Amino acid sequence: MPAEHFDAIVVGAGPSGNAAAYTMGKAGLNVLQIDRGEYPGSKNVQGAILYADALERIIPDFRETAPLERHVVEQRFWMLSEKSHTGTHHRSDTFNEEKPNRYTILRAQFDKWFSKQVREAGVTLITETTVTELVKNEVGKVIGVLTDREGGPVYADVVVLAEGVNGLVGQRSGLRSEIKPQHVALAVKETHFLPEETVRERFNLADEDEGVVIEVLGSVSSGMVGTGFLYTNKESISIGVGCLVADFAREKIPPYELLDRFKNHPSVKPLLKGAEMKEYVAHLIPEGGYDAIPQLTGDGWLIVGDAGQFVNAVHREGSNLAMTSGRLAGESLIALKAQGLPATNENLKLYRDALEDSVVIKDLKKYRKIPGLLEKNRQLFTTYPALLNRSMNAFLRVDGRDKRSKEAEILKGLKTARGNWLNVAFDMLKLARAWR
Amino acid sequence: MTDKTNGSKSPRMEERLYQNRYQVDEGRPHVKINHQPGGDSEELKALIKICPAGCYSINEDGQVEVAADGCMECGTCRIVCQATGELEWSYPRGGYGILFKFG
Repeated sequence: MPAEHFDAIVVGAGPSGNAAAYTMGKAGLNVLQIDRGEYPGSKNVQGAILYADALERIIPDFRETAPLERHVVEQRFWMLSEKSHTGTHHRSDTFNEEKPNRYTILRAQFDKWFSKQVREAGVTLITETTVTELVKNEVGKVIGVLTDREGGPVYADVVVLAEGVNGLVGQRSGLRSEIKPQHVALAVKETHFLPEETVRERFNLADEDEGVVIEVLGSVSSGMVGTGFLYTNKESISIGVGCLVADFAREKIPPYELLDRFKNHPSVKPLLKGAEMKEYVAHLIPEGGYDAIPQLTGDGWLIVGDAGQFVNAVHREGSNLAMTSGRLAGESLIALKAQGLPATNENLKLYRDALEDSVVIKDLKKYRKIPGLLEKNRQLFTTYPALLNRSMNAFLRVDGRDKRSKEAEILKGLKTARGNWLNVAFDMLKLARAWR
Repeated sequence: MTDKTNGSKSPRMEERLYQNRYQVDEGRPHVKINHQPGGDSEELKALIKICPAGCYSINEDGQVEVAADGCMECGTCRIVCQATGELEWSYPRGGYGILFKFG
């Protein structure tokens, strides 16, 4: 390991670590970044949607060189039951703008690109190296890291923990507590390859740059708190499903069986026809929201990205919050360095305040009550999607019965599904209040 | 170092994981089970069903065993069993383990 003393060590080369390292490297700080993968990205998993805004604030011209799949022109939201789906679509030509807002990406390739920008900004990157623990001085301040490489510890003024949702360094060094099974989702995903024209035709896309994303609620999670997704890449489709780990542990449903059922759903199967599956992945997603955020700073260390639970589960946003937190951490450390101030917990208030003032904490605060609500109101994943599909089906089917009788039947179905009207009203009220 | 897929019991799982790239650290498994005197916990047994890579199975003695060659390093087992103390979980040495092509 390098013998020199660094301004900062960044643990991990995902979106948050890369954002932090890039920001500091660009400003001339002496930064060491350590990743355990063979190449940066080889240990990283995401759906994946890239939200341009967060990256644009770090690398304004990223579109010129980044490996982007398709920009999203249409979002479909499906409520799934065993044989049906009912949903809404939003498609708009305004998404075909000069600088599109959302892209599908393949994370292993995107992260490799991001890492190249980081190294070009002057950051020293060491791969194939796992950080095993933090080194502290006699008063408990973090002063460096130990790795599984020979050569002893490597020292820095501050350690940025960008180690992801299942990061062990922070936990084993006693900086953050263990994640709870009800605060984290397990997602499994497959990447299915198809010719580019086939993707285009199947999803009604104008060209190789337009893309569709489908988010799915209902029978896809088999009664557990979870969702499914299907994203179009240039020559492939990413399809996955994720549910709370606590629910998987209780229901003992194999995640890959859930995925197989989703793939074979009559609404999904034709979209995947003839595709060749080339990768199967699994990853955890922090879903505990605001109340699951750990202590974010201490003497000589701070946390960014998934390790800080910065995921907005309602809006499926994570990598953008990761990049934003990484950038804010980088900017805060640059400011401290410029003022000649050490990275003590007190001085790192700069980072905590910047986060509070950003979309990261503002949005997580807004949806603070959602994780608890979903856990206690599983009817939102079971009863309502099933009911919606039954109702739509009855409404559309022409079978000689008069419309008034049909409407009465639909309303009766809604009432009996939840016992009485009061429960239905309460469900809506609870959801509205948690959302607000 | 060799590219290798795991020896999971389910043929369908084998087919699925065959698509993945691994750098197996021979002889240095990164997940180990410490069986407790009172028998395997419900949490540990649940892993037979919910490990996404099918790494867990029951052996002839009725004990849960783990073969982590196909592990995708998600951490589900670690989180489910954190309270029981039955799992010793660390990341593979740098450069080893799963290598995502698309992620």
